[in-house]
Amino acid sequence: MKLRILVVGVGGQGILLFSRVLGETLLGANIDVAMSEVHGMAQRGGVVETNIVVGLRSPLISEKEADVLVGLEPVETLRALVRTNKNTTIITNTEPVIPQIVKEGLASYPDLSEALDQLKAAYRRVYTFAGESLARQAGTSRALNMVALGALAASGVFSLPQKTWENTIKRLVKPKYVEANLKAFDLGWHITS
Amino acid sequence: MHPILAADDGETLLLLGNEAIVRGALEAGVRIAAAYPGTPSSEIGNLLFQFQQKLPGLYFEFTTNEKIALEVAAAAAASGLRSLTCMKHVGLNVAADPLVTLAYIGVRAGLVIITADDPSCHSSQNEQDNRYYARLAGLPMLEPASPQEAKDMVSYAFDLSERLELPVILRTTTRVSHARAPVKVTQMADYSTRPQGYFEKDLKRWVPVPAVARLRHQVLLERMKEATVLADGSSFNKRMGQGPMGVITSGVAANYVLDALEELDLSSRVPVLKLGFTYPWPVGLMADFLRRLDTCIVVEELEPFLEEAARVVAQEREIKVKILGKASGHFPRALEFNPRQVKLVLAEVFGVEPPPLERPDLSWVPELPPRPPTLCVGCPHRETYQVVKQVLMDLGEEANTVYPTDIGCYTLGLLPPIKMADYLICMGSSIGSACGFSVATDQRIVSFIGDSTFFHAGLSALANAVYNKHAFTLVIMDNETTAMTGHQPVPSQELRWPGLEDRPRIDIEAVVRALGVEQVVTINPYKKEEAREKIKPLLKTQGLSVIIAKAPCILYRARVAKH
Repeated sequence: MKLRILVVGVGGQGILLFSRVLGETLLGANIDVAMSEVHGMAQRGGVVETNIVVGLRSPLISEKEADVLVGLEPVETLRALVRTNKNTTIITNTEPVIPQIVKEGLASYPDLSEALDQLKAAYRRVYTFAGESLARQAGTSRALNMVALGALAASGVFSLPQKTWENTIKRLVKPKYVEANLKAFDLGWHITS
Repeated sequence: MHPILAADDGETLLLLGNEAIVRGALEAGVRIAAAYPGTPSSEIGNLLFQFQQKLPGLYFEFTTNEKIALEVAAAAAASGLRSLTCMKHVGLNVAADPLVTLAYIGVRAGLVIITADDPSCHSSQNEQDNRYYARLAGLPMLEPASPQEAKDMVSYAFDLSERLELPVILRTTTRVSHARAPVKVTQMADYSTRPQGYFEKDLKRWVPVPAVARLRHQVLLERMKEATVLADGSSFNKRMGQGPMGVITSGVAANYVLDALEELDLSSRVPVLKLGFTYPWPVGLMADFLRRLDTCIVVEELEPFLEEAARVVAQEREIKVKILGKASGHFPRALEFNPRQVKLVLAEVFGVEPPPLERPDLSWVPELPPRPPTLCVGCPHRETYQVVKQVLMDLGEEANTVYPTDIGCYTLGLLPPIKMADYLICMGSSIGSACGFSVATDQRIVSFIGDSTFFHAGLSALANAVYNKHAFTLVIMDNETTAMTGHQPVPSQELRWPGLEDRPRIDIEAVVRALGVEQVVTINPYKKEEAREKIKPLLKTQGLSVIIAKAPCILYRARVAKH
């Protein structure tokens, strides 16, 4: 299997944990995984992404080459579309994180409802979800990353049972957050399963 | 226990390249390590800092700059203890002075110098190719392509360093340092106690006065001949496949090449020389590879380091082969590569069609707001900038003020609405350039530097400013930590990580006064009105003055509190 999964979002949305859980789960299932993370200056409120590849040596995803695009923030999903092709599966949160530059009145945030309709028309498999709302329902809005991971895990890309993913979450997440994270993962799982 | 320490021989972990480097060093029995943080190398120092509190057999320190880090490691290696230093690419510029002469005097125990280059400047002010430092100093160099290779090469680098009695450079790039992939580990060394080193004096070895330096240069040249033989036979230099047109590659680009050849169904007819021990150039191996080809394309990021080696080898040995790469325009010298870019070039060179990929029409995507990295909401630097700007505006001086800045989170003060960063070269340049601006112009000069950068490269620059009577205002933004790279310690900090409580504190205001600056005030940038009143007299006068804006980084404060 060769697979390229691009995960995009904003600093603070938990992309690194998302990638850790995904990577450790695949490693545990003897699936050959490699990824590339963004650290350092870019994390200061900027765009953050992780490139995850299966069955490949190059942990970086070029233009048009993503098989799956997971967006934790809708504008970042739109920004990353240059790296998709017409067969790409899109999984995206619809609830925005307003950039500081917009809050300061120096740029504007686009109308999402029209863009999301266009997105659904342009790609064959598009899954959208209200990430923070679902995460809050699970116990904390910070578990948005696990909602997205659940949606990816059940989207048909992998054939691992829910239990396998849950075991990794139990191992990697701090005990007091495990319950909320598992719930969030389950809510995400049901978006795509 | 941390999983990197807990892992047993034969276990496979999903490690960041930088984590793999740390594990490799611990397997090789590194005893003394020192570093100044810098992305993309920062995680190495952070982990060693954390681990030395648990491992009695390991010593690590955050030094005040990279030059000192290399000197600490060099002395440890001269005393017979395996040692390591790591830094970002531009950090090696700071450490270049000891590097080049250290190549002459050499080491006794292994010394590994890790330089993490940053093609595309993800977190840097330039994208220099540090492989040239290996050539400049005349030192062996290894270039990993993956976390597994990074770990394996670090272990090997210690042996190589001891065999040649020379420091060894391990050169990564961002996409290796920050790649995460499965890494199979071996046994860690015993860290229950730290052995004592012993320095054996030898004036003809360790003190490179001219007579000694001339001798030691000969020794270095001899050792590098031996290193060439080792590079030729190194298992990190792999030859694969057969055919008349081949590829030479190294570093992360080697992954792109191997994936591309597979996807283009070329693996069976394109020979590849994947190099990991890249300096001294494995000239024998390269000659043997080139001799069987009519065309060779060299795929490497940044400078044509191996491409030029291939040309030298071909010319010296009269091999008739066409060499493609940067000089032929197939690859650029700027920016990091990406897999598709390499695939398309190889498809063209080898005359095959790349798999078609069609993107849907995206003309409907609305204009998207940029999301540049920005100072955190509540960051004390924001307050300091506001206070200084307000006073300069009140004085009618703002339009006539030049703001030299420095390396740290506060460089983000260049963005609107702050826009108070006008000139930057490198660590410490805020002060040195302010000296220059103050004599070259009659504009008002207000410079900004962070606490960590001040200790790194600001002290001698400020002494220069005092002695040569330069007129500017320096604002030292003391947030009590090296924030940008992950909150490493600073000698002036009051708020500390556990385990550092016993360290003496070096007070910045006392240092500044001791250097002879007469006009000095310390402000709390959150108390805006009081701060404005305090700094106004300094921003009116013509002499040298220093404002210390002291308030901890909000993220650091929260992290220490949670600890």
